[in-house]
Amino acid sequence: MEKRKEIFPLGIPGHNLGEIEREIDNTEPPAWPINEELKEVGKRINRIDARAKVTGQAKYTSDMQLPGMLYAKFLRANVPHATIRSIDTSKAENLPGVHAVHIVRNTSEEGEASETFPGVKYVGQPLAGVAADTLDIAKEAVSLIEVNYDEKSFVIDLEDAMQPDAPLVFDAPMGAQVDGGDVGVVHEGDKGEGNLRGPSTSSFYGGPRGDVEQGFAEADVIVEQTYRTQVHTHMPLETHGVVIDWTSDEMLVYASTQNTANVRNELADYFDLPKSKVRVICDFMGGGFGAKHSAGSFGPMAATLSKKTGRPVWLMIDRKEEHLAEGNRPNSIQTLKIGARNDGTLTAIDQKSYGTAGVGLGAGVGRVAQVLYECPNFRTEQYDVLTHAGPGAAWRAPGNVQGAFGVEQAIDELAEKLSMDPLALRDKIDKSEVRRVERMRGAERFGWSQRKKAGSSQGTIKKGMGMAQSCWPRFVTLNSSVEVRVLNDGSVEIRSSVQDIGTGTKTVLAQVVAEELGLKTTDITVRIGDTLFPDGPGSGGSVVTGSITPPARNAAYEVKMKLFEQLAAKWETESGKLVARDGQILHIEDASKKIAFKEALRGMRTGQITATASRTNDYGGFQQPWGLAYGDLGSVQFAEVSVNTDTGFVKVDRIVAAHSCGRPLNIGQLESQINGGVIQGVSYALYENRVMDSSTGHFMNANAHQYKVPYSMEIPEIEIEIVEEYTASSSTDAYGIGEPANIATAVAIANAVYNAIGVRIYEIPITPARILKALNKVYE
Amino acid sequence: MNKFSWYEAKSVEDAIEQANSTVSEEIYTPTGKASIYKSGGIDVWDMVKEGLIAPQMIVNVRNIKGLDKMSFDPDSGLSIGANVTLTEIEQSPEVSEHYTALQQAVAHAATPQLRNMSTLAGNLAQRTRCWYFRSADHPCMRKGGDRCYARSQQTGQNENHAILDNGSCVSLHASSVATALLAYEASIVYLDAKGESHEVPIEDFFVSPSQDIWRENILSPGDLITEIKVPTPSSGTRSHYVKQVARESYDWSLADVAVVAKMNGNKCEKITIALGAAAPTPVRAYRAEEALINQVINKESAKLAGETAMASARPLTMNGYKVPLFLTTISQALLEIA
Ligand SMILES: Cc1cc2nc3c(=O)[nH]c(=O)nc-3n(C[C@H](O)[C@H](O)[C@H](O)COP(=O)(O)OP(=O)(O)OC[C@H]3O[C@@H](n4cnc5c(N)ncnc54)[C@H](O)[C@@H]3O)c2cc1C
Repeated sequence: MEKRKEIFPLGIPGHNLGEIEREIDNTEPPAWPINEELKEVGKRINRIDARAKVTGQAKYTSDMQLPGMLYAKFLRANVPHATIRSIDTSKAENLPGVHAVHIVRNTSEEGEASETFPGVKYVGQPLAGVAADTLDIAKEAVSLIEVNYDEKSFVIDLEDAMQPDAPLVFDAPMGAQVDGGDVGVVHEGDKGEGNLRGPSTSSFYGGPRGDVEQGFAEADVIVEQTYRTQVHTHMPLETHGVVIDWTSDEMLVYASTQNTANVRNELADYFDLPKSKVRVICDFMGGGFGAKHSAGSFGPMAATLSKKTGRPVWLMIDRKEEHLAEGNRPNSIQTLKIGARNDGTLTAIDQKSYGTAGVGLGAGVGRVAQVLYECPNFRTEQYDVLTHAGPGAAWRAPGNVQGAFGVEQAIDELAEKLSMDPLALRDKIDKSEVRRVERMRGAERFGWSQRKKAGSSQGTIKKGMGMAQSCWPRFVTLNSSVEVRVLNDGSVEIRSSVQDIGTGTKTVLAQVVAEELGLKTTDITVRIGDTLFPDGPGSGGSVVTGSITPPARNAAYEVKMKLFEQLAAKWETESGKLVARDGQILHIEDASKKIAFKEALRGMRTGQITATASRTNDYGGFQQPWGLAYGDLGSVQFAEVSVNTDTGFVKVDRIVAAHSCGRPLNIGQLESQINGGVIQGVSYALYENRVMDSSTGHFMNANAHQYKVPYSMEIPEIEIEIVEEYTASSSTDAYGIGEPANIATAVAIANAVYNAIGVRIYEIPITPARILKALNKVYE
Repeated sequence: MNKFSWYEAKSVEDAIEQANSTVSEEIYTPTGKASIYKSGGIDVWDMVKEGLIAPQMIVNVRNIKGLDKMSFDPDSGLSIGANVTLTEIEQSPEVSEHYTALQQAVAHAATPQLRNMSTLAGNLAQRTRCWYFRSADHPCMRKGGDRCYARSQQTGQNENHAILDNGSCVSLHASSVATALLAYEASIVYLDAKGESHEVPIEDFFVSPSQDIWRENILSPGDLITEIKVPTPSSGTRSHYVKQVARESYDWSLADVAVVAKMNGNKCEKITIALGAAAPTPVRAYRAEEALINQVINKESAKLAGETAMASARPLTMNGYKVPLFLTTISQALLEIA
């Protein structure tokens, strides 16, 4: 391919902004200047679907009403471990209004005794489904199904499950599908004893480094501590679910999903259909936080019921089912030992962790310890522990949120031991330039200089300040394609299967294309979330913006060049002399040659111009060829808290969140993502906790009032500092923010609580009970 | 949810007649059967949806005329009709003027939306929120089983549960409004199956599981609350209510305290202290009250009162923190009226 050289902005405006020359493919558009000089990109532009959302016109999966549609409901196991002897559905089938009943049969090779039914491994496991005229009838029918269980002993608690005589969750290599925890986790079939799997000792950043023992021998100061985090379930407003209409022609699927293309692929595989015969649509999505990448068990169930009945089937699960079976962030018990020299230089990091993702895997927590700081000697051992509980799933920065809770408290402790300011220590050991700027600007905005010595706050209500930071890889999904077409009335349409899960993907796509075509964001129609269109990335790993906006711009550029060629021929000039600006196409030298964008295509050979582009490699290449870009998505967050030492009540007063994500595309949407990440971090630090009864295996607070998430009064003042950072990586040079926004908050709060009361809390959630106990106010 | 029929009661007589002449599967009462009343429906629907009750008929009392009246008379006190909503109580100028602690308690109960729907009778007759009781999969003592899951030394998830009177079922009464009503020595007026009216002090209205595991109050199925009476506080009365929660926006209480005291100068002439979320019923802290009579309320006496109230506390495995929490809360409420 022909190449050319371009000069790109490089660095951080206001700090070290410079330029770099890169050789790029000729199909790549010219370099954009920094945001200040752009019109649509980098601005605070309203979501293009804001009106539809606030007026209730936006249709979510659960709103779908198709002619003749039936409602489906799952029967779920209410015992944690059993073999099923029989399932009697006759009463359910005879209930008027019931159209079909389907029993889940054994398809996996998990070595359970029963040949007919999968073994029951957790309360909430789906066993059968019913489709009926109404949801109430479906529910009643479910209650009429009789299951004859052969109950077995089970284990719920992580530490109990590690005992040699603990009941086994899987007695053979695991057949269970693993749904994303941390990268570098234990894999299916990995060796392990009892319920233990692992250890995992490496990630895509490599394995152990140096000699840890030697490193500790060189240390002047060592901190060693055990940190515990809870099981945290996903609580999106919209639960998991689908509406499926399987006709002889195709399977039409409305799905509440973070990944339309993957849901299509899974269903096509499952039912052995050509991918072209499965169409998945997700127009609007009510939150997923990592747990909605797959067709789950509800997809195959709804499809089967649709096939059996010849009618569309609605299957949305309810809040309790969501808690029990549709994912959680695994808990962790992490031991961390960090050594440093008197000047702060780290000499060794040794980490060991255990976590349970229930019947799933993915409880690793290692990446933060591995990459956040420079340290020549590093070792990690991460174990997954299987228990009889619902499977874990990716949860906004999987592994990192747990891992940061340990690492960033340990660094805080280290700073204190070294009599260094926590920021100064990080300036010493953190090589990231963008985080250096974030620390500087964040500290200024927060008023870090006002921070007092730990435990020195007077009175009953003690104030404290803390900070923590995080990193997140810049993942890029190369299989990210988008089509841009201009119709002959000048209207522009963007098409991709990529979905907007509420993060604002539709709007940033429109902004990027509008910028390229010299139009307004509102001029662009965005049709995404439909597998009829080119495959987009899944909304996970914060990949979307970095993966799909460059091809969107490239496709728009290609369309523009085709249009310029036609115009140039008509005007008898060179296409290189034309520009698109402010809704017009103009000749840069000849003011008489000028046409409104809307008019340009009229009377042309074809009624439309279209181009499809896919994500190209980063201009400077990747760290890993599959799409691990250079640099990271750094963040530094500051927390101010008040702790009532009489009641143990912790209030987060203020968070200052300094973040970077390459070239910011839409300031309002970025802030919205960061607000969300911070709020979930507050929630993780103080409120959310799965309560399991280990005598029955039931999840006791699987509802929306005793499983506590924050509401308006729990939400602190949130101030956001966005640091622009140019790295000349792609045609938009932009990355996501979803996950980075959530990593540092909880541990920044924990550090602030320590600063307030002078006692460290090593376990979250930080409840009144834990504070009072830490203050020695509880008589046992 | 099962199918049920619906009866729209026109009068209290009509309601009693319907409820008592039809039989519903009432909740865990070996004592008698009748159809269940529904007022605001917050708790009734929760129970139905959780599969804890499967009524064949629901008698809606929400629209009965006359049950939604509230009035205040300096001689006879405050009269609150069974169907008066928590929002109406919260916003009543008379309640704000004469019954500070009641107003505070109501304003801190549940959420604004729930308070718009919730009636006072329904609030007092709601069932416990113990998560074991609320789970159809846990046949606890209150549901005819033989164990209290929450009390288990090894596995009981009892961080919220009772620290007083917890020798039997260790659940908490769910109403935090009742705490304030107890401190005001309110009484409950109800009609029995025969239509006869009874008035009981609120303290006798609630029944401890150690007395009768089947019930949380003295109502038999089919009994209908018509009115809640709250005596007029004598002049010089001050009152205050404090609720401790894990989550401020709305939450079930971890500890709540109402105090109503008649002060003579800076001395306490008469005082009632009621504790919510301490025991399976709202309870009075009598010994603490006694300790304060003719005393000046100050830091020391308030602290001592708290300690006296907590002297008989027997925390379970996970709720030891509730003892210091009550100590603080009692002191805080007392110092507010000092
Ligand atoms: C999320 C949440 C948080 C909450 N937080 C609090 C809180 O902080 N503090 C608090 O006090 N409450 C709280 N509640 C409880 C709520 O206030 C009660 O559920 C509500 O007051 C019940 O009133 P209702 O009119 O809806 O009763 P209903 O649901 O109609 O009835 C409840 C019970 O009372 C019976 N009943 C109703 N009327 C009569 C009558 N006239 N005579 C005899 N029996 C009758 C019914 O048969 C039923 O058994 C909360 C509830 C929820 C869901």
